[in-house]
Amino acid sequence: MERHLAVIEREEPRIGAFLRVTEDLARSQAAEADRRLASGEGVTPLTGIPLAIKDVICVAGVETTAGSRILSGFRPPYDATVIARLREAGAVFLGMTNCDEFAMGSSTENSGYHPTRNPHDPSRVPGGSSGGSAAAVASGEAVYALGTDTGGSIRQPAALCGVVGMKPTYGRVSRYGLIAFASSLDQIGPFATGVRDAALVLQAVSGPDPRDATSADRPVDVLSELEAGVEGLRLGVPREYFQVEGMEPGVKATVERALLVLERAGAELVEVSLPHTDYGLAAYYIIAPAECSSNLARFDSVRYGLRVEGENLLETYLRTRRQGFGPEVRRRIMLGTYALSAGYYDAYYLRAQKVRTLIARDFEQAFLHCDAIVSATSPVVAFPLGAKLADPLAMYLNDVLTLGGNLAGLPGVSVPCGTSEGLPVGLQVLAPQWRDATALRVARAYEVARD
Amino acid sequence: MSLTAEDVRHVAMLARLGLEPGEEEFYAAQLGAILAHIDRLRELDTEAIPPTAQAVPLPARMREDEPRPGLSQERALANAPAAREGYFVVGAIQEAEP
Amino acid sequence: MTDSRWEAVIGLEVHAQLATRSKMFCSCPTDYLGAPPNTNVCEVCLGLPGVLPVINRRAVELTVRTALALGCRIARHTRFDRKNYFYPDLPKGYQISQYELPIGREGRLEVNGRTVRITRVHLEEDTGKLLHAGDALETAGESLVDLNRAGVPLMEIVSEPDLTGADEARDYAVTLREILRAIGASEADMEKGQLRAEANVSVRPRGSTELGVKTELKNINSFRFLQRAVEHEIRRQIRLLESGGVVVQETRGWSEAEQRTFSQRTKEYAQDYRYFPEPDLPPLELDPAWVERLRASLPELPPARRRRLVEQYGLPEFDAGQLTLDAATADLFEATVAAGAPPKQVANWIIGSRPSLAPEHLAELIRLVVEGTINREQGLQVLEEAQASGRPPGELVRERGLTQVSDEAALAGVIERVLAENPRAVADVRAGRQQAIGALLGQVRQATGGRANMKLATEMLRRRLGS
Ligand SMILES: [Mg+2]
Ligand SMILES: [Zn+2]
Repeated sequence: MERHLAVIEREEPRIGAFLRVTEDLARSQAAEADRRLASGEGVTPLTGIPLAIKDVICVAGVETTAGSRILSGFRPPYDATVIARLREAGAVFLGMTNCDEFAMGSSTENSGYHPTRNPHDPSRVPGGSSGGSAAAVASGEAVYALGTDTGGSIRQPAALCGVVGMKPTYGRVSRYGLIAFASSLDQIGPFATGVRDAALVLQAVSGPDPRDATSADRPVDVLSELEAGVEGLRLGVPREYFQVEGMEPGVKATVERALLVLERAGAELVEVSLPHTDYGLAAYYIIAPAECSSNLARFDSVRYGLRVEGENLLETYLRTRRQGFGPEVRRRIMLGTYALSAGYYDAYYLRAQKVRTLIARDFEQAFLHCDAIVSATSPVVAFPLGAKLADPLAMYLNDVLTLGGNLAGLPGVSVPCGTSEGLPVGLQVLAPQWRDATALRVARAYEVARD
Repeated sequence: MSLTAEDVRHVAMLARLGLEPGEEEFYAAQLGAILAHIDRLRELDTEAIPPTAQAVPLPARMREDEPRPGLSQERALANAPAAREGYFVVGAIQEAEP
Repeated sequence: MTDSRWEAVIGLEVHAQLATRSKMFCSCPTDYLGAPPNTNVCEVCLGLPGVLPVINRRAVELTVRTALALGCRIARHTRFDRKNYFYPDLPKGYQISQYELPIGREGRLEVNGRTVRITRVHLEEDTGKLLHAGDALETAGESLVDLNRAGVPLMEIVSEPDLTGADEARDYAVTLREILRAIGASEADMEKGQLRAEANVSVRPRGSTELGVKTELKNINSFRFLQRAVEHEIRRQIRLLESGGVVVQETRGWSEAEQRTFSQRTKEYAQDYRYFPEPDLPPLELDPAWVERLRASLPELPPARRRRLVEQYGLPEFDAGQLTLDAATADLFEATVAAGAPPKQVANWIIGSRPSLAPEHLAELIRLVVEGTINREQGLQVLEEAQASGRPPGELVRERGLTQVSDEAALAGVIERVLAENPRAVADVRAGRQQAIGALLGQVRQATGGRANMKLATEMLRRRLGS
């Protein structure tokens, strides 16, 4: 643990993965873990292992801001369910990691505090929104980290930083205590350097939670088939996912080589089709902003957070929310408000929900022919800071290969599969709902075959 | 579909987002560009398609009606920008008449 | 109440606080009345970042019961939606309510023999409370927010505009309250804010089928105020229309002090609630078998019971109405009759002050009075003792030697003595001043220590004096 605090001290000036390092908490948890390890009581695979936590997951008594100025100074009086479970397991909390404000973004440049840099090339972004968590693991600051994935926010930064990241099936991990971006899409998941560690973390934090009505009452066993290999598995290769706008040839070639590795390891590659791929981004950028416009209404300066006083309450609302939210958050709140407003609901929100049905059906059809779907995680490698900030749509296109998994509620893993132009490329494995174990098994099989 | 400055003003007021001078036009253009992409949804015939609000079918889990104590007043107010005598305090709810 | 050229069209929206022990979406207790501000709250009902709602099963059950009692169709698939608006008493910036798929729809309620159609019955959460300096919203420089009430389960019952007058509007609300109490859905105490009514009022030329412009009356906290506010509003609209004016669609409050409704229109930004399905809650499937079990468990509702008490026991309408004000009183009545006491007598003993006595004991007491073993006065005394001790009235009567003197020989002796001692009263009676008999009877009562069978004594005294 002291070793990790030292790495943090050395790496942070270069990377800026953390918003807050909780040294005191980490030291006291480490001491408690040592006692457990000495007595042998209450020892779990995570006891004494230090992790980093995305700043959108509430930790009681620790400032948690969702990367936003509007929550500056906010200390939750309660633990998120995943945090309570990790405390129980004897984990050690290193601190809160940087992210795009309210998890809205793909580069961690939308943080209300500072951007995070990619450990492989500090002139480039780490991806986002969980860029701080990905960078903390990639730089060795933390052994593992928690992130959240609403449209690719775990898998895409994992790919760009060269680590493993997993988004579980929607409902697998309790969202209680996760500061909501888009409630029907958000899931908490792990980052780690290897698939096995990611699986161990998922196993520890998942399972039903009486405080989250959307958490599933299903047995969780993601470990037993982890080493089963891909011999006999059919892996679907969606042709649309290799033709998306802006796909870099280097990324495409790297992923295709990874598919050959899986084939040599015994998998059967089958071509599948996801015909509504071209509409995913459009549906996502209605549904997620609509939900966010409502979820972020609670930041009204009454009970917590920033207040910029005006002459009356209305003025206070307007000023607080103008100054407290960054440009991307404001943009999405307006987009979502518009999509839900009188006269536009049917044309935008309802239509997007119908297209969501079509996209989910695409996956259902594809999974009739395969056990998992494999593709690139991101169409591009890490890009220079500032490159896409002026063009929201270009930024959104980073998520075209990941957001389908969120719209359909699927588990997905990104595992490093080589480099393009010297920068990491991620292989994405998507599995049917509740087949988290299959997604991890395929990712693990690739890892073994690769090494 | 393009967005007017008036649309932006209306939406910003619904969302209680203050706008700086000139931002109506800026957002009208920027959101308009995003909506231009989103408008491709119209290419699909969705007439007979049911909407999906949640992708994973989950049974409704309900709670038993058992009361439990919550937070103390002190903890409830701990993060408040302004509090007095156990209450959250907010400014005048209505603007003075012009 | 309206003049002959106009008729009123009234619909009511009633919000009732459900009789649950915990809030709608969190486990905070619901007994917030009198609690210091913000002590009945948790992270969920404070709307802190990251929290999620979980549905209170009992609240759903009570809403289904209500919808069944109002003859609604019960939804097989229902769900919650978000109603988005900003107000400091609404912590999340949205209220979790039901919009498209309410639990119940298309019901009816009989009010004074007329059928009022119920549009919908749905479930939602309450807001917190605001305190304004001097309680004047318009002028207060700041407001105080108490969230103890935030998240308490509320049921909204919306009627069609089928009501035609202020009295009927009040009677509708009273009947609704009776039903809510009878099925245990709500304590429905208007003064405690457990029942809140909003009236949509419009007027139109008599015979017209078009609806006039309506106003919405809010902040009404008693049945009397409801009746007065509606009455006033109807008159105001008629006056306005007759003088060539127009009714403006707006929200109006009722000032009891000034006996008038007043405009509550504030500088409004077009309300647009942007309803959409609550993504934090899976849709709710109401199992038809469960709904049928709830239907079977419904008690007989007050209007039906009232009719039955009249028919079955030959009671006057008034008695039946009093007995069915709450289910426990009517239950006691029927059980006491079943235990062998005459219905009209039982009604007399129960109405006004419901005894807390086992039906068997109450029946025994009433029989002792009816059969003349004790008189009514002694009966009240025994009742008091039986309530305090829980012992059977017959036992108490024996033990205290309370049996009344019904023996003619014994009473004759007492009467002779009283007549001898009160020659003036006797003379008065003989002179035709009947009221003097009362004085003599009082003497007889006193002489027997209150034990005389007064009916018998009156008879004997009259016979003896030939009056
Ligand atoms: Mg309501
Ligand atoms: Zn609560």
